[in-house]
Amino acid sequence: MKRILLIGLLILAAGSLHADVPDVAELARGLDTVWVLVAAFLVFFMQAGFGMVEAGFIRAKNTTNILTKNFLDFCMASLGFFLVGYAIMFGTGNGFLGLNGFLMRGAENPSGVPMLAFWLFQAAFCGAAATIVAGGMAERMKFPAYLIYSLLVSALVYPIVGHWIWGGGWLAGLGFADFAGSAVVHTTGGVAALVGTLILGPRSGKYRSDGSPNVMGGHSIPLAALGVFILWFGWFGFNPGSTLGVGNGELIALVAANTNLAAAAGGIMAMVTVWIFVGKPDLSMAMNGALAGLVAVTAPCAFIDPWAAIVIGGVGGILVVLGVLFLDRIRVDDPVGAFPVHGINGVWGTLAIGLFGRSELGLKNDGLLLGGGWGQLGTQALGILAVVVFVGAAMALIFLAIDKTVGLRVSREEELRGLDIGEHGLESYAGFQIVE
Amino acid sequence: MKLITAMIKPEKLEDVKKALFDADIHKMTVTSVLGCGQQKGYKETFRGAVTEINLLKKVRLDIAVNSEFVEPTIQAIIDGARTGVIGDGKIFVRELDECIRIRTGERGHEAIG
Repeated sequence: MKRILLIGLLILAAGSLHADVPDVAELARGLDTVWVLVAAFLVFFMQAGFGMVEAGFIRAKNTTNILTKNFLDFCMASLGFFLVGYAIMFGTGNGFLGLNGFLMRGAENPSGVPMLAFWLFQAAFCGAAATIVAGGMAERMKFPAYLIYSLLVSALVYPIVGHWIWGGGWLAGLGFADFAGSAVVHTTGGVAALVGTLILGPRSGKYRSDGSPNVMGGHSIPLAALGVFILWFGWFGFNPGSTLGVGNGELIALVAANTNLAAAAGGIMAMVTVWIFVGKPDLSMAMNGALAGLVAVTAPCAFIDPWAAIVIGGVGGILVVLGVLFLDRIRVDDPVGAFPVHGINGVWGTLAIGLFGRSELGLKNDGLLLGGGWGQLGTQALGILAVVVFVGAAMALIFLAIDKTVGLRVSREEELRGLDIGEHGLESYAGFQIVE
Repeated sequence: MKLITAMIKPEKLEDVKKALFDADIHKMTVTSVLGCGQQKGYKETFRGAVTEINLLKKVRLDIAVNSEFVEPTIQAIIDGARTGVIGDGKIFVRELDECIRIRTGERGHEAIG
């Protein structure tokens, strides 16, 4: 009797053990899902980074305004990308845009992880692209105008560009590569910021009658510095997360290392450049340089060797300083350097694939500097030109339409008093006497 | 010797400084102040509460001048600061008993420079 009982118990135990062991494929998928979700959380955290950089680089009297825009950007991107944006970006339709999957019903999942994990990751990217523009148009843009813009960019413009490149659209078909979004996210945001800045016009008092720029100092370098590190940290989700899987760890390690190297090189080269051109090592420019390096490496990060990441980031650091100085020279007022960081370096990073990319890592052709000829560079150039032209035209239309209806720019009185009071009725630093 | 005190709109400070420099007046002290006059205030809100703010930000200039510079100073300030809109500010002129330059110990007319 005891023996039968014992055997019976053993069989029961073996049976229950067997039922609890998941198969390896499921475990791998679970691991990949955790990876993508954690990366999504990091990219989400970049929103705080953007907020702090933008707030730190502008005056105290407009700080609540830009933080509100930054905040609503993510809320609206989250919803817009759920209702409409994801469908346009990843749905099946034509080479231009997707047409199925609205409200995520019947939505397509090109990844190996659960639909909603992939969606959250992509939604965070959308939020990042939208908030870039807040910086370029800071300190003189009406809040309702911004809300309208933000919704349109998250629901339409960004997803369309994303469809071309990541959603199986026409650029993807040509062999155009953009690993984590120098073109999709940063060029889109940067060009939109430039168009908006041009249409808005410079801040009151920014340029003297002889054209030279006045200092409009950021009110909090500490906030800005914090923001840059948060962005750098979040970028470890932005780039490595775009592998959408852990694999054997080789690729995510390469991408993470490339990301860091480019940021560091960009920071150093920007500091050197501004030291030479302006005479002092300006931290705000050095930090822009790190961001520029990050933006520039975002497209090539999975296709290049670490030495190339250093070069790409370093060049990005030089470009951002030259870009900032040039914009002021032509009286285009971009308070936080949104276009030099995201626009110029988004283009540079996209082209850099054509110079430094390695076909063994997944590209159609080797880059020019590795002996692969002009093929990849040509494709990259064509693609980024298309993105710039499309985003430029679309945003011009949107901003002009908003200007004709709701009005784009605040009144001069409000601009002087500050948008915090004017648009939101409150002060960012109640109780402090802030002198300009 | 007179001490001229002017309350002006903060955004006009650069224009006033330029007008003063053009009139050969280069020495001044600038402070940030709050004040009210005829200009209306604005509403501030925070989490449902509303307050009327009527102390507005202004900039105060204090300039010590010799008698022959009083009128040019006043005129320069008016030229730089006037916008025609309520809130342009006011200028006060007071008698200045003594002026001393700390570095050299000079007094009076010489010290004002």
